[in-house]
Amino acid sequence: MSMTITEKILAVHSGKVSVVPGELIKVNVDIALANDITAPLAIRVFDEMGVKTVFDQEKIALVPDHFVPNKDIPSARQAKIVREFARRHNIKHYFELGDVGIEHVILPEKGIVVPGDLIIGADSHTCTYGALGAFSAGVGSTDLGVIMATGQTWLKVPATIKLVFEGTPSRWVCGKDLILYSIGLLGVEGANYKTLEFSGEVIKNLSMAQRLTMANMAVEAGAKNGIFEPDEITRAYMENRSSMQGSFLESDPDAEYEKVININVDQMEPQVALPHSPDNVYPVSEVDPVVLDQVFIGSCTNGRTEDLQIAADILKGRSVAHGVRLIVIPGSPHIYKESIKNGTIETLLDAGAVIGPPCCGPCLGGHMGVLAEGEKAVSTTNRNFIGRMGHPKSDVFLASPAIAAASAVLGRIGSPDELLQPKF
Amino acid sequence: MKIEGRAWKFGDHVDTDLIIPARFLNVSDKDELAKNCFADLRPDFVKGVRPGDVIIAGSNFGCGSSREHAPWAIKAAGIKVIVAKSFARIFYRNAFNIGLAILESEEAVDMLSDGDQVSADLSSGKLQALKSGRHFSAKPIPAFMREIIEAGGLINYVKLKKAA
Ligand code: SF4
Repeated sequence: MSMTITEKILAVHSGKVSVVPGELIKVNVDIALANDITAPLAIRVFDEMGVKTVFDQEKIALVPDHFVPNKDIPSARQAKIVREFARRHNIKHYFELGDVGIEHVILPEKGIVVPGDLIIGADSHTCTYGALGAFSAGVGSTDLGVIMATGQTWLKVPATIKLVFEGTPSRWVCGKDLILYSIGLLGVEGANYKTLEFSGEVIKNLSMAQRLTMANMAVEAGAKNGIFEPDEITRAYMENRSSMQGSFLESDPDAEYEKVININVDQMEPQVALPHSPDNVYPVSEVDPVVLDQVFIGSCTNGRTEDLQIAADILKGRSVAHGVRLIVIPGSPHIYKESIKNGTIETLLDAGAVIGPPCCGPCLGGHMGVLAEGEKAVSTTNRNFIGRMGHPKSDVFLASPAIAAASAVLGRIGSPDELLQPKF
Repeated sequence: MKIEGRAWKFGDHVDTDLIIPARFLNVSDKDELAKNCFADLRPDFVKGVRPGDVIIAGSNFGCGSSREHAPWAIKAAGIKVIVAKSFARIFYRNAFNIGLAILESEEAVDMLSDGDQVSADLSSGKLQALKSGRHFSAKPIPAFMREIIEAGGLINYVKLKKAA
């Protein structure tokens, strides 16, 4: 029977020859993930179940990234619960400061997830690993606690919506713009309970960093997972990262899709999601030149080496506008080091940016850049809900690192083209 | 299981940041979480909510993050059932797992207003507006999920099954 890549991965992990959308299946989990916010609840569930040992100490990843370095006493207590659990159960993939970065950045980076895997995480952006050709989805802490004990969970096989990107993207259009455009098209619940499969000419040439950005935001359209067929770019990315090869699966040519949407990118401009919803998307030229207080470049969406480099290329020899705070947070210590070596960090500092330690930072209004009442920010993150980055009366505009960097210089929302073109 | 109380009405796309803003996520104690439920969206909620009250909401309720703190905050505040036009995937799963019932009914959401007295029968999915006497029916909850709710959540359910 012909299947999509998502159906193939689910079939393998449920011990079946084939699965169909709507079917309820019990699956074996390759990696179970939780962070400093969701793990303490999952650990409580695990302990309440009266289980003595985890299902596999090598298949659990505990990543304290949201409120670290500990922002206050209660969050220090949460981090301690995770640390003690990790020690007690000898969890292999537990990371401390200095080694820790944002969960969805370090799991692919350290080769903990590989193509064909099934990954379940107590974090909605677990869908990021679809970039590698894995099935990954977010759940809550109770589900995760049960998985830590049993290694299994139940899932409903999602129907797939295929997005086919064709054409030639213009200079500043990147993965972030493709996914923002798609979310604008589908709406925030347009893919609820479904899979998004990204394909087409444009996708074949997309770097892994950009694929990770796109898969990361699949959940913003309500999707269970967002997936790419692994290819040579995936193979090159995986090299020297993991001893496991993974399985490189593809959708069958006659696989059934619920919908196929063709998107031509020829005329596409960089996209911006206006407050307060990731589907409130407009081309940058149609966005009012809102005056900004803050620009944030980072997060599991756009905190990778390539993202920081794009921003630095635009900021080189320029300065952040007076009155704007530019906060940059590399997604992992490895990215931090790479960005020091390639000169990115120095360029950013010269332009007037402040660099934070690898963590989620202001993405969820936790710390290191919380917005005050009435403040406006451009952010490379994934959500601009009311109060997401601070005060309920602050505004967040979602965009790519290129738009964020240009806006930081302009002091208002704008495109890099405005910096490069001579003014008449 | 039958409950009765006032309706708290919300719009579409109530996300988990609105249910419990991230600045309150540095704890996992349920009663602490309940104190800040809808802190920004409806500051009157925590003071006014009584056991038996019902949340009535539009589509895509609970979208956003996977934080189970969101259904926990709602449950610990005294709510036993949420009726919405539709729910976001992870929230739907989390609610059942922790023993918070959720029902889907477009009609009930359209016809009920904030402050209305309502009764809800979780087993049959029947709702009633007490003043007008109007009945609405929600999609029935699958038997296996009803058992989870009646047990008080997935953990108790698993324990009960093991003991049986
Ligand atoms: S960077 Fe933001 S979206 Fe990503 S895991 Fe952290 S808080 Fe969540």
